[in-house]
Amino acid sequence: MLHGKAGQAPGDDLVVRGARVLDAAERLDAVLDVRVDNGVVSQLGEALDANGHRVIDGEGLVLAPAFVDPHVHLRVPGGEDEETIASGTAAAAAGGYCAILAMPNTDPVVDSSSVLGSLIEDARTEAAIPVGFLAAITRGQEGSELTEMVELAEQGAAGFTDDGRPVVAPALMRRALQYHGITGRRLALHCEEPTLSKGGQMHEGAVSAELGFTGYPSVAESVMVERDLSLAAYEEAQLHLLHLSARESVDALRAARAKGVAATAEVTPHHLCLTDDAVRSLDSNLKMNPPLRSAADRYALIDGLKDGTIGSVATDHAPHARHEKEVPFEAAPFGVTGLETAFAALYTHLVEPGLVPLETVLERMSTGPARAYGLDEPRIAVGAPANLVLLDTQRAWRVEEDGFRSRSANSWLLGQTLRGRPTLTVAAGNVAFQA
Amino acid sequence: MGQIHVMREGYLPPREPPQRHLISIGDLEREDVERLLSTAASFSRSLEREVKKLPTLRGRTIVNVFYESSTRTSSSFELAAKRLSADTMSIKAAGSSVDKGESLKDTALTLGAYDPDVIVIRHPQIGAPHLVARYTDARVVNAGDGKHQHPTQALLDLYTIREEFGRIEGVHVAIVGDVLHSRVARSNAQALALMGAKVTLVGPPPLIPRGIEALGCEVSYDIGAIADSDVIYVLRMQRERMAEGANYVPSLREYTARWGVTPERVRPGQKVMHPGPMNRGVEIDPRVADAADALIETQVRAGLVVRMAVLYDLLTTGPVPVEAPEPLEVA
Repeated sequence: MLHGKAGQAPGDDLVVRGARVLDAAERLDAVLDVRVDNGVVSQLGEALDANGHRVIDGEGLVLAPAFVDPHVHLRVPGGEDEETIASGTAAAAAGGYCAILAMPNTDPVVDSSSVLGSLIEDARTEAAIPVGFLAAITRGQEGSELTEMVELAEQGAAGFTDDGRPVVAPALMRRALQYHGITGRRLALHCEEPTLSKGGQMHEGAVSAELGFTGYPSVAESVMVERDLSLAAYEEAQLHLLHLSARESVDALRAARAKGVAATAEVTPHHLCLTDDAVRSLDSNLKMNPPLRSAADRYALIDGLKDGTIGSVATDHAPHARHEKEVPFEAAPFGVTGLETAFAALYTHLVEPGLVPLETVLERMSTGPARAYGLDEPRIAVGAPANLVLLDTQRAWRVEEDGFRSRSANSWLLGQTLRGRPTLTVAAGNVAFQA
Repeated sequence: MGQIHVMREGYLPPREPPQRHLISIGDLEREDVERLLSTAASFSRSLEREVKKLPTLRGRTIVNVFYESSTRTSSSFELAAKRLSADTMSIKAAGSSVDKGESLKDTALTLGAYDPDVIVIRHPQIGAPHLVARYTDARVVNAGDGKHQHPTQALLDLYTIREEFGRIEGVHVAIVGDVLHSRVARSNAQALALMGAKVTLVGPPPLIPRGIEALGCEVSYDIGAIADSDVIYVLRMQRERMAEGANYVPSLREYTARWGVTPERVRPGQKVMHPGPMNRGVEIDPRVADAADALIETQVRAGLVVRMAVLYDLLTTGPVPVEAPEPLEVA
């Protein structure tokens, strides 16, 4: 399901010395040396023999399983001025990711084996880290005909989604839930009732009332979440809910999971860190779909992340050309970047204030998304492929427009000082990034 | 976006003060409004003189850029600038490079190259004045941005109310109609609340935005709620903004029957205001519009002196003189 250069080159040899090694799934939290031989974790212990390997000083740093981002817009084909496989995966590596999943709402849409095939081909030469490609649920993401899911899955699609758009017709949604099961891949849903969100620029509430923006009410998301959970329950199908933003959606998901519905979900760093109050600045880098919501919604998302209702953090990294965002808020496209700032944002805004434990953030950025899509979970264990991230949680850094590896800089964090920055990323046995 | 400081003296750091703009009522303090209204009053006295032109802003350049049609706002800004002897230039979107697809940023950079002292902008999109403020060195006056703000309208309405009642504090104003699509309603509710007036928003539920009470006003869906007010402020029923099939109200007929301001619903002595242009027979009965208690023409006259005061205030830093400035000597 993942594609890249891995397997083409021998794995790296290295020793990370004296870092706090944190892997909740392995029940590991200790200051240790970790040795990697030929891209595979070979030894964990104290004062390990470097054996001539490259030694990386991890003192004072945290070593964790590298991150998996289940929601990235690589913009290829069609938007190469905004991002490419090379720039997007380099940005991901700098953000501590060892794998990412790319969304199919490109131009043309990834809905046929020819488009998917060329992406997989390009990833073999361009990708800095392994990348998976989701294919569309419906042809052209137009919501009328299903794509050839079995063929696309056999060719290597990592899952199916019409992200950016909902599957509006309930009957078609039902068919997709029935059919996709035989592919063994996940169906990922963008939940938005389009007649309720029509024209919406930001969350509907006191701030939109004051600013005069057409509201995009939280119920536009939650009615669709409730519909899709009902259909999944009826069909006993699995589904993954993309970028949840509303308290009612979290409540509906929690209730459905308690009844045994096989639903997973993700949430973005910006929805976890911000509320609609931030939109008062009228900064177009605060415009995204779904929109930033109220404080009550934000805390419901944080609670959902903590109790595992929401198992994954996803950046929804959505690069946009500079001129597209240098317009009045209403004219700007939806979307913000996030690959290079996700951990630092969560560390600074959730871990440091004591809202979410570090272990939970690390788990939801790595194991959680891998499990949601049935990918191999990054582990720090002897014999496991090396997928590691070394994190500096002490040194403050400032998010600058010219500091990105991404081709776009439409970050909601520009100018902010953050803590928590990856200094080394090992992806599928190879060093993909070193600060 | 960099933070925009707007007419807030206390905000100014000691060196290199940030540019002063008038973009939103929310950026003003009560004393800013007091100062602007008393400046407007002094200009009003000066306009009673035979020679109405004042030399105050001689040599200054004021550019009016209107991306939406407007009669009273654009003419009143232009006349205000001329009364203060500023050089003015008015640009309408139709027939300009905007028609050729030029971005607002590029238009702002182009106009900025002439070093104007003030850019007055009306634009259909919220935040357009902020964008212009970001890309030029000029002081920016918002003459209406989408459904967001129309601060000079709110100031002229405050001026009108103060002229009529001698005060603003404690005056009860009922704002009636399509609040959802109205920048006038938003600016006025904020400005009136800032000055201590009581505000009640009245209209059909779909046209009252959810959460608007946070501006410091009350909400009623019953036209009867206007009975207790000192001022009935009637909003234009913005047909051009009512998208087809949106169903905010079933019909204009039902709107007029249920929320129209008719003589039967107006108590003697109650004052009636309207930002114009009016839809006679829709939101306001013609008999109400033409009655002696209507302040609608007073509002238009107030618009001139208030806009003079805004331009003057932005371009001068010292305190406002109590006496009106000397009139320009005409050769």
